[in-house]
Parts: sequence; structure tokens; C-alpha cells
Amino acid sequence: MSDAAHAHDDHGHHAHPTGIMRWLTTTNHKDIGSLYLWFSLIMLFTAGSMALLIRSELFEPGMQLMHPDFFNQLTTMHGLIMIFGVIMPAFTGFANWQVPLMIGAPDMAFPRMNNWSFWLLPVAGIMLLGSFWLPGGAVAGGWTMYPPLFIQGGVSYDLTILAVHIMGLSSIMGSINIITTILNMRAPGLTLMKMPMFVWTWLITAYLLIATMPVLAGAVTMLLTDRNFGTHFFNAAGGGDPVMFQHIFWFFGHPEVYILILPAFGIVSQIIPTFSRKPLFGYASMVYATASIAILSFTVWAHHMFAVGMPVAAQLFFMFSTMLIAVPTGVKVFNWVATMWKGSLTFETPMLFAIAFVCLFTIGGFSGLVLAMAPVDIQLQDTYYVVAHFHYVLVSGALFSIFAGIYYWLPKWTGHMYNETLGKTHFWLSVIGMNIVFFPMHFLGLAGMPRRIPDYALQFTEFNQIATVGAFIFGFSQLIFLVLVLKTIKGGAKASDQVWEGAQGLEWTVPSPAPYHTFETAPVVK
Amino acid sequence: MIAGKTNTLTKLIVVALGMFGFGFALVPFYYKICEVTGINSGDEQSLVKNTQVDTSRWVTIEFDANTNEGLPWQFRTTQRSIKVHPGQLVQVEYEAANNSDHAIVGQAVPSYGPARAGAFFKKIECFCFTPQKLAAGERRQMPVLFVLDPSMDKDLHTVTLSYTFFNTNPKAQTATLPEKVPHG
Repeated sequence: MSDAAHAHDDHGHHAHPTGIMRWLTTTNHKDIGSLYLWFSLIMLFTAGSMALLIRSELFEPGMQLMHPDFFNQLTTMHGLIMIFGVIMPAFTGFANWQVPLMIGAPDMAFPRMNNWSFWLLPVAGIMLLGSFWLPGGAVAGGWTMYPPLFIQGGVSYDLTILAVHIMGLSSIMGSINIITTILNMRAPGLTLMKMPMFVWTWLITAYLLIATMPVLAGAVTMLLTDRNFGTHFFNAAGGGDPVMFQHIFWFFGHPEVYILILPAFGIVSQIIPTFSRKPLFGYASMVYATASIAILSFTVWAHHMFAVGMPVAAQLFFMFSTMLIAVPTGVKVFNWVATMWKGSLTFETPMLFAIAFVCLFTIGGFSGLVLAMAPVDIQLQDTYYVVAHFHYVLVSGALFSIFAGIYYWLPKWTGHMYNETLGKTHFWLSVIGMNIVFFPMHFLGLAGMPRRIPDYALQFTEFNQIATVGAFIFGFSQLIFLVLVLKTIKGGAKASDQVWEGAQGLEWTVPSPAPYHTFETAPVVK
Repeated sequence: MIAGKTNTLTKLIVVALGMFGFGFALVPFYYKICEVTGINSGDEQSLVKNTQVDTSRWVTIEFDANTNEGLPWQFRTTQRSIKVHPGQLVQVEYEAANNSDHAIVGQAVPSYGPARAGAFFKKIECFCFTPQKLAAGERRQMPVLFVLDPSMDKDLHTVTLSYTFFNTNPKAQTATLPEKVPHG
């Protein structure tokens, strides 16, 4: 066994293609993880620039900078890219890097499929971004792709549907890989209930992806045939029903929002115990809470559509099932706080982002509970209150956990410590900027400002100007992050193998930087 | 270990394909749910309900036509009576003729005998919905399209539908219109 591994190692060193071919043909989980993360970072700056254009237009009432249709294109593409091009690939990047390292596997289960999963993404990204230059511009019908608007648009709508197909295929292949790796390639002795929380949350997320991505693919296929092949799934003129699209879309869409947050729970559950120097409080309840959230997520979809005209019984069902999700989520928040309780805490950048995550994600969770109430939601539907809510869970939730994870594992990946001063500057500017952008949006929404509109009534001016100033602080402070990552890759203080004093787990037993091939002989977990 | 991986892969691909099919299965499922629960189907509108024909009983409907004395029209029914089932869609015709030498606008007003039958008399199309303008000497056939609500009281065996045509401007019959004074 060890001879074979050694021979393979030698062979591996000689067979590496170099330059661009190394990255195009790579089947190494660490290479592919890095590709996912770089793709995600590039898309973050792309879609983030769109957000700054949106905020610039909204700095004052009236139309200043752009045509309203271009504004709609920006909001639609910002949403699609941030979800499918930033948050999801970043988490998949973490999974590629960390899952094999954390379970003691030499690589992912299907390395060649892994290569495909990644390289489909830039294709989809080019199709999405390229549609800006097509006649009629990019899609402007909102990221939720509701008919009838989405049936009526130009050729870029077809291109976007195909891009969603490709991204869905990429996610499904990635998820199959992750599940197979976790179920079949754990180190001897590493039972399911001994797995790190990050691995658990990704296992559950991958199941969610496999269950819901094909449903989205079905829904957009129906849109495509309605547009091009004369079917009438959603076309009311032919007897179809546009409301049915909303049901099918949100049957995917609600599990999707947990796909965007469960890996974040996993990352935070790794970081908080490390910097509290205590094991995670309530490990088993964390696992069951994550599974409960995933199962409940299939029973709540119509809370996105309280305003379409549902019977009262259905409104009550979806309202109460939505509120039920607060219970397992509350268990998780409680466990994080209990982990910190009486721990010997230190506040390095990963921990700062993790604590900000716990506080700010909880604010987003509470505004979600407000929106879950059907009578309140009918008032707040499609206002800035909704925008504030989902940016609290996706920016200070998902994105902050990604930053936390990068700071946490970057020394292991590069072999260098990052610059703590730069990291803390990035953290404070981000957390302050983020709250300046999104907190006033609660007030705007309660006062009735509708979302997805490039113009607004005069009384909303002050809060919008505050939000725009915050957006520029938040947006430009991300350049600090880029500089920090580049500097850390190039050099810096040498990181030890364990990196963090309180860090536990298999990934900290390999050298820093993690060698190209790890765990070719499986470690034994006691 | 290789066999285990292939096994897991096969299962997961089956799940993914199954869920793709499930997305399409949601379409008939959606319509079935709407049908069973009566959501979204337009059932709430009385129109659909009234087409449920109650063939267990007959109701005789008598037609009556009158004109107010201020209206020089001849107004009559084309049938005196008809036997129908409640819930059945019925069309009958009335005929009006303007015997005067100028155009007149008339408005028909329905009444029912007995009066409580009116609540079950659902008119879908009627010449009484709008004022009717007849040119001098014009004769016109005008339809009434209606259903009797199947929930109509069982003791109602005969219902009379009576129309009376009124002149919308009773004074215009004799008085000449005042000439318009030009602005100035």
C-alpha cells in the first residue's frame, strides 16, 4: 500500500501539466477548491459593482444615471450572480478543500467529475454576463424568473435559462461528489457522529441540492418550452397558470436559501470552538437541528407568495410551519453562545467574523419571523423590508461566514499567516459598512418603499442616501480583503501545522501549507 | 470501496433524475389540488354553479310585456310560456317596435311574480341591462339569456317574468327640445 502510494506520488510530480493546462485538467481537490474560491471572488466583485451602480442610482429620487430597464437588468443579474456565482461556489470551494482534509480522505470520490463541476461554472458565467451585450440587454425580470414577464423577454432570457441549467448541473455533480466522499471515504474510526460540523452541514446541504436543483431545472425547462415550443405551462393565454410557476420555483427556492446558509453554520461551528478553546456545545443537537431545518424547508415554500391569493387555511399552515423553523435555528444560536460561555476567548479576525455572524444573522432571522406572519407579510411584500431581511442573512450571514472561513483556513492553505491588522481593518469596515447599507432599509420597507424600482418618493431620500454611503464603504473595503489574500499567498509569517492554539481536527495534523497530496494512507481516528 | 462509491453514485443519480421528473409531476398535482379544494377554478362565481341542472323538477315560466303610456312602442313576447329545469340555460326573445316618427330611447324594467322568485332568476344577458334606442319605425328582436338557480324554493312551480318599457325622457314625447343658444 505504502509502496503503491509512493510510486503514485513520484508519478504525480512528473505528470503535472503546467500553466493554464494545470488548472484546466486538474483533478486535485485542493486545486479545484482554489478555482471555486477565485471564481467566487471575481464574481463577488462583478456583482458587487452592479450593487454599487444600483445604489448610485438610488442616491437621489428621480432618474440620474441609467435607463430604468438597465436598472432592472442590474438588480436581476446582481441577484442571480450573488446566489449562483458567489455564495454557492464559495461554499463548494470550501467543501473541496476541507471535506477530504477533515475526514482523512486523499481526494474527492470522483476527481474527474469534480473538474467538470467547476469548469461548467465559467461557461454559465459567460452566458449570463455576455447577455448584457445582446439585443435588449440582460434579463430584467428579477432573479426569481416569474412568468409572464420571463416568457416575454428577448434572447438573453433563453440564454439565462440555459445558464441556470448548467449551474444546476454543476451543483448536482458537485453534491453527488461530496455525498459519496463523505459516506464512503471517511478515515477508519471516524463515525458519522464524530464528523466535524462543517462536514455534517455540507452532507445535509448536498442532499438538499440533489433534491431541489432538478426541480428548478424542470421549472426553467417549462419556461423554455413555453417561450420557444408552444407549450402553455405558465402562459395564461393557453390555459396555463403563472402562479403555478411560483409554487414550483419556491419549492426549490426555499430549500435553496438553506443551501446558502447551512454550510455557513458549519464554518461558524468550526471557528467558535477553536477561539473559545472549548468543544462545541451540544454537538448532537447541532446535527439534529441542521437536519430538522433541512426537512422543514420543504414545507414552507408558499410563505414567499402570501400575496397571490391563497385560502386562509394554506396561509396559516405556511405561516406556522415557517415559524417552526425558528426552533432548530434557535437551538443553533444558543449552542454557539453556550460554546463561548466561560471559554477563554481570543478575537482574531475569523472569530470576529464568526461573532458578527451570530449577532447579525440573528437580526436577519428575526426580520424573517416578522415576514413569516401572513397579515404582516401582505403589507411588507416586495418592500425594502424584504431586501433588508435577506441581505442580513446573506451578507452578514453567508458572506461573513465565508470571510471567517477564509481567514481561518488561509494559513493552512498558503502556509503563511495573514496580516492581522489588515484583517481587522477589513472586518470593522465591513461590519460597520454593512449595517449602514442595510439597517435603514428596514425603515424604508416599513414606510412602504417598493423594491426593484429605480425611482422613489421624496420622503425616502435620507435613508437611501445613508444606505448608498454605506454601500460604498462596504464595497471598497472588500479591496482590503483582496490585497490581504494576495499578500498572504506571496508571503508572511510562517504558519505552524496547528495554526490556531485551540484548533482540533484532522486538517490541522497535516503540514502548512497542506501538501498537494494528503492522507494517501488513511489516518486512524480513535 | 470502489463498489461502495459506484453504488452511492447510482443512487444519487436516480434521486436527481427522480426529482427532475417530480418537478414536472407538480403540474398535474397542482391542478388536481386546485380541483379538489376548489381553489383557483372560478367555482366561486355563480355562473358555473347555475349550470348544474336539476332535472328532477319542471318550472313553468310565463312571459309578460308592457309599455308605459309615455312610450309609443309596440312591445311583445315571442312566446307566452316555457317549461324549464332549474339550472338550465334558457334564451327567449322579446320584440319591440317604434311606431312614432322619431327615435326614442327606452329602458325596460323587469319584475317577477311571485317577487321572491327574483332572487333565483340569474340573467346573464338582457336587453334591460342598457337603454335601447329605436329609430322611427324600427322593429327589433331582443334576447334574454338566463338560468334559474337550482337552489330555488321547491314550491315555486310557476314564475312570471314581466317587463315594462319606459321612455327615458318622458317629457321629450310632446315637448320639443330647446334650441341651443350659441356661446357669445
